[in-house]
Amino acid sequence: MTEWKRQVGEETIYRTCAWSPPGCHPVGCGLQVHVKDGKVVKVEGDPEHPITKGALCPRCLTMTEYLYHPDRIIYPMKRAKEDRGKDKWERISWDEAIEIVADNAKKVIDEHGAEAIMVFGGTGREGNSYYRPLANLVYGSPNSCYAQSGWSCYGPRVAVTGFLLGGGYPEIDYAQKFPDRYEHPGWEAPEVILAWGKAPLESNADGLWGHAFIDLMKDFGTKLIIVDPRMTWLGTRAEVVLQVRPGTDTALAMAFLNVIIEEELYDKGFVEKWTYGFDELKERVATMPPSKAAEICGVPEEDITKAARLYGNAKPSSLSWGLAVDQNPNGVQLGQCLCALMAITGFIDAPGGTTLGSIENFPNAAADPAQEAMKYGFMTEDTWNKRIGLHEFPAVCNIIPTVHPDAMLDTLESGEPYQIHMAHVASSNPAGAAISSCPQRWYEALKKLDFNVVTDLFMTPTAMACCDVFLPLASCVEHDAIVATHYGWNTSFYGAVNNLVDVGETKGESEIMVLIGKKLYPQFWDQFENGTDFDTWYGLRFGYTPEEIREKVTVMTEEPYYKYEKGLIRKDREPGFDTMTGRVEFYGNAYEYFGDDPLPYYKEPPYGPEATPQLMEEFPFILTTGARNYASFHSEHRQIESLRQIQEYPQLDMHPDDAAAMGLKDDEWVWIESPFGRCQQKLHVTPTIKKGVVHAMHGWWYPEQEGEEPNLFGNWKSNINVTMPYKVNGNLGFGDCFKNMICKVYPGEGITEAEVS
Amino acid sequence: MTKNALFINYEYCSGCHSCELACRNELGLSINEWGIKVLEDGPRQFDDGSWQWDYTVHPSSKCNLCEHRTSQGLEPACVMHCQAKVLSYGTPEECAEMLKQKGSKSAIFMP
Repeated sequence: MTEWKRQVGEETIYRTCAWSPPGCHPVGCGLQVHVKDGKVVKVEGDPEHPITKGALCPRCLTMTEYLYHPDRIIYPMKRAKEDRGKDKWERISWDEAIEIVADNAKKVIDEHGAEAIMVFGGTGREGNSYYRPLANLVYGSPNSCYAQSGWSCYGPRVAVTGFLLGGGYPEIDYAQKFPDRYEHPGWEAPEVILAWGKAPLESNADGLWGHAFIDLMKDFGTKLIIVDPRMTWLGTRAEVVLQVRPGTDTALAMAFLNVIIEEELYDKGFVEKWTYGFDELKERVATMPPSKAAEICGVPEEDITKAARLYGNAKPSSLSWGLAVDQNPNGVQLGQCLCALMAITGFIDAPGGTTLGSIENFPNAAADPAQEAMKYGFMTEDTWNKRIGLHEFPAVCNIIPTVHPDAMLDTLESGEPYQIHMAHVASSNPAGAAISSCPQRWYEALKKLDFNVVTDLFMTPTAMACCDVFLPLASCVEHDAIVATHYGWNTSFYGAVNNLVDVGETKGESEIMVLIGKKLYPQFWDQFENGTDFDTWYGLRFGYTPEEIREKVTVMTEEPYYKYEKGLIRKDREPGFDTMTGRVEFYGNAYEYFGDDPLPYYKEPPYGPEATPQLMEEFPFILTTGARNYASFHSEHRQIESLRQIQEYPQLDMHPDDAAAMGLKDDEWVWIESPFGRCQQKLHVTPTIKKGVVHAMHGWWYPEQEGEEPNLFGNWKSNINVTMPYKVNGNLGFGDCFKNMICKVYPGEGITEAEVS
Repeated sequence: MTKNALFINYEYCSGCHSCELACRNELGLSINEWGIKVLEDGPRQFDDGSWQWDYTVHPSSKCNLCEHRTSQGLEPACVMHCQAKVLSYGTPEECAEMLKQKGSKSAIFMP
């Protein structure tokens, strides 16, 4: 193994791992970073990295463009509150910046209580791991907020898993936990992977190295079944593709279970010994034969039966669930069916099946931020119970101890049950185009607050419109950290993230937390010298020091299979699954406890031909959003010229028959209008999208345009989230309409070039 | 000495563009230049309903097969960075053997 640091001529080459920024999920891809005279001159892949084996995606391959981009913010800045929306920022020192933040926080805490401060966290970024401790331990507030309606990204799947089996976030088995990977004794390739509402190749979602799908197909003959309204490229290589009407797939999943149970394709021994509620599940899914699901979902009945049999007969079978499970008000029932499908085969936590994480490697196992804040006396139980949404959405706010985002928006607007006065926006862009439904409302609400601070790398629409202090963030080659895949909720390995260069005066999220924390609650924060100290205390639970990880570059978790037999799933370390019954619950006791049906049921999407027939004449298309591409991560990377060359503008996929009927042409700008709002994207006429469905991209804004109000870098021009309602959630409070809205499409004017600055 | 060649298994080229950017970094090319380019055929449907959708790569006349890398025992930049691991580098004979082994949807380039 090559040393983590070596000298080649004038260059020092470091082997290190990527996380973010630049934005990505915690995949921990292997980098070789070439540094010369204190500057990164080249980023290439690391052929010795156990997962990525030299490969990299376009986002890391353009990292030097990102690091040294002329628009990057590399010094702290402040701006007078009355100048929000204007480019009147002034460079300040870190001392002054931290002083301003701490003084404003103290004032709010003294006058209104710590709960009047809220923290925003975004998707994927490293800051994702810190926004709970940032709220609870830096500010003493219970209110950390992931601003997507219904907490609809990753959270619902982790919550469903937490309710029904435990084990974190189930992931396909691509031998990702072992240093010898596919050579590992006892590992088997999945015979079939059922990929449900997921784009693994483009998204590398949550820590999965997406191209492992291709390894498995190419080198081990793994077959795919794909559920997606699109015929994806991967779909053209699959055995069966079920092009469902968006948002109806809970019916499809119930029909899968119907076939598998009816035809006895399940593992009777496992079901008998390790599951709870089989008879009730059997009775419930009997109500959803493939013929009925076929009619609801708009897919051929014989394809459903064929796919269910293929999955049920495969040995082993694995299931890969995607974002479409979350962005659906009926999604926790879909997730419930998918957990049942993972387990009923007996291949949950088995070689080549669907992996679970060991309880011993979960994050915060020894330190819950809110409990710590109470222990140190700067948060009371009473304050903790003031977190917004707890009473309206107890399922959401208990299993993920944060606020409910839709309830938070209500509070920001109404001041009920109390007024919020300050926001710390940590690696998020809630007034932007990636995360929030109704971003105009979040934007208006944030503008009203007394004081807002943001941590980021570029001037975002949220920062320009709403913030008073900008704290410049360090990238993943500018600060020390650890990347744990899947945010620690089923970790395959730990990777070293290293401070290899300094760009301006940037700092990492945990470093910033320590600086502010020491001003507000020194009784807790004075135990840490720096961000690494805090990371070690908060994040590392696996026995290696940061220095050891740095030298090893990656440390695989090597978690065993069949952890449920070994006492590695339950918190009490007893064998079994982490539920009230100790079994995988087909009958969800937790669902029942929180007032939902304990068994899966199908419910029509809130907007569509069945639920809103009166709207379909005006809004004839089903709109699904969030199409991924290789060149960006949510609302990031739009400044990077080499990446914009790959994906210059946002696209709306439409079937050629629909385009012909509408008289619309490929590549023309079109308006996409729902009952809630409209924006423009470029039409992409393609036969791969299901007829009657259109698919839009998210996260689009134009950093090359005028940044000041009212243009805000073109924040409202292509922002698909303006077409979304708020608080259209499922019974437990999860789910939204990002993948199942309705819309009309008509010719647009294009985004005006006159506003280019 | 015979030049070496690039083998591609285009059944599984995902069209991710990594090879293009890795090559540009390696050869110091400008944003208007490509040493290798991803090409796309499809997506379209045949009359029987089956799909045609393939990506492949095409090395340009700037491609020198990364002589400076291969002479040090490293893979060409496009081969190493390929996310789908569908590119290989070798002698024409080695590449012909890979072609025979694969038996379909594959090609050899000698740029």
